[in-house]
Amino acid sequence: MSTEFHNLQELRHSVSVATKVFIQRDYSQGTTCRFQTKFPSELDSRIERTLLEDTVKTLNSYYAETEKMGGQSYLEGCLACATAYLIFLCMETRYEKMLKKISGYIQEQNEKIYAPRGLLLTDPIERGMRVIEVSVFEDRGSSGSSHSSSVSSGGSSQR
Amino acid sequence: MQQLGVAEPMRECEYSQISTRSSTPMETPYKKRTPKKRKWQAFPGRNKFYCNGRIMMARQTGVFYLTLVLILITSGLFFTFDCPFLSVQLTPAIPVIGGVLFVFVLGTLFRTSFSDPGVLPRATPDEAADLERQIDVANGSSSGYRPPPRTKEVVINGQTVKLKYCFTCKIFRPPRASHCSLCDNCVERFDHHCPWVGNCVGKRNYRFFYMFILSLSFLTIFIFAFVITHVILRSHRQGFLNALKDTPASVLEVVVCFFSVWSIVGLSGFHTYLISSNQTTNEDIKGSWSSKRGKDNYNPYSHGNIFTNCCAALCGPLPPSLIDRRGFVQSDTPLPTPPTNGITMYGSTQSQSHMAAATPLMQSEPVILTDEASLPGRTSLGGPCSGALPLGGQPTPPTSTPNLSCDNGMLPLRNDHSEALHHHHTDGVHHHFLTPEEAPSPPGMLPCGSPLGHSHTIQGFYNPASQDSLHEDSVRGLVKLSSV
Repeated sequence: MSTEFHNLQELRHSVSVATKVFIQRDYSQGTTCRFQTKFPSELDSRIERTLLEDTVKTLNSYYAETEKMGGQSYLEGCLACATAYLIFLCMETRYEKMLKKISGYIQEQNEKIYAPRGLLLTDPIERGMRVIEVSVFEDRGSSGSSHSSSVSSGGSSQR
Repeated sequence: MQQLGVAEPMRECEYSQISTRSSTPMETPYKKRTPKKRKWQAFPGRNKFYCNGRIMMARQTGVFYLTLVLILITSGLFFTFDCPFLSVQLTPAIPVIGGVLFVFVLGTLFRTSFSDPGVLPRATPDEAADLERQIDVANGSSSGYRPPPRTKEVVINGQTVKLKYCFTCKIFRPPRASHCSLCDNCVERFDHHCPWVGNCVGKRNYRFFYMFILSLSFLTIFIFAFVITHVILRSHRQGFLNALKDTPASVLEVVVCFFSVWSIVGLSGFHTYLISSNQTTNEDIKGSWSSKRGKDNYNPYSHGNIFTNCCAALCGPLPPSLIDRRGFVQSDTPLPTPPTNGITMYGSTQSQSHMAAATPLMQSEPVILTDEASLPGRTSLGGPCSGALPLGGQPTPPTSTPNLSCDNGMLPLRNDHSEALHHHHTDGVHHHFLTPEEAPSPPGMLPCGSPLGHSHTIQGFYNPASQDSLHEDSVRGLVKLSSV
């Protein structure tokens, strides 16, 4: 019972999503995948402007590279057509490879920059490439001062 | 920001616990609870899925089977009756080439029919709420009797393009996307809905569609030409009528091919033109980029020259499907805007039963919630609430109900009128359709205008547990506490 109580305190004081901020797509250059680099005002107090802008710019450059129509993508397209697209049973498309790279990048950014500030970026592919969802985590520690002692004990147990 | 000083040192270690994968924390213990359901089983559009989600087609597939039967029978007759004669008399290359064409036609047909055309997944409730909030802010909350049409303007390469808001999918459609009312999905770079292939033709399967009709034109012409050759060669020896008696199948083949050639070759030509100018059928019919609309009207998506346009359409990178049909549904994954035909929400039934169990304690919850920072836009107006409301005793805003029923009533009306941007592709017959500007605003919108305004005043009062598993955990914790 005491462990349940402890868990409850941890839950009550653990993070919860207070709000979600969405960075929308930027269609000014056509239908290629780009996100707006305009800094959302809701995050002003949570993160430095330049960090987020850098992340979005890097993501934009990755997406641009993915959709770039150059020799390599044409070659891949022709080869795929010639093999009746059976080649994709064996190998990944360039697009899929890039998406994996982007996922890795987002995860790395989350670990290094966003999680310490209580934010979490969601990979746009999970939102249909429409938005970059930034989850803003708020501490629920304000639910009662009587729990402050267990707050610190809960905190120390987590370390 | 409400942070106690004592909570501050905790902040570091708490946040370091956030799973940096996009799944929300505390989900793993509960994966076992919800039955393992694949996402295609809960797909909100009107599509049929086969082979456990690998194959995706439209609802009406009758004409597709007709297409398949026609191709199989005509080709079968050709290979059985004409090829033996021709390969002996002329060259054995004929059945070989015919065979290659036939295989290519079937391959591209299946690829077109079975793949995802580029369906855009519907907005999650959070996104939808956020967008609604932005629209209300932009329009002013007291927008009068009828909310203005929801459009956003964007300048693409110098041309002003209007992005329309899709009421079914609750998103602003990207440029060139359109909502197919037959499949009830928004499709990227929507070309048209083709009943002959039993699917929409969009960004992801346009090249297969084009190669299908191109190869089918070649196959049709090929069969037509060689059947005629066959009959002529035979009639040199036997006379025309005897020749026909010997090869009755040829007559059927000629008839089928003759009627197909005009439509299919015509269609190939039309789509070749579309590809070279980088337009969709939709845009061409509406004359979106025609110079008749204005001197400065041009296609902002065209790459400039025909070669680049063709390469881009046919050999460009193929984006993966956005809807992840075969993935498993996570109970805490934000659910997309639910379908109006009442497909049950898997996660919410579980959580709602817990909510019901915790009902006596829920009364204290709102007190705690409102003490915290207000949660703007957290109200979910979609389906996850629809399961919750009948359970009673929930501190839900009463105005949510009329919004839901109103929503349900409104959608079919919108679908009929303003979403009719697709056109049925039937051998070049173009149906007239209404653009959203021409279609009258559905009267069903009128009573819905106000509830949408009301719902935003309810801030963070009711937090659907299906969205926030941590809230569910807290509730469960409260239940445990009560049992002590």
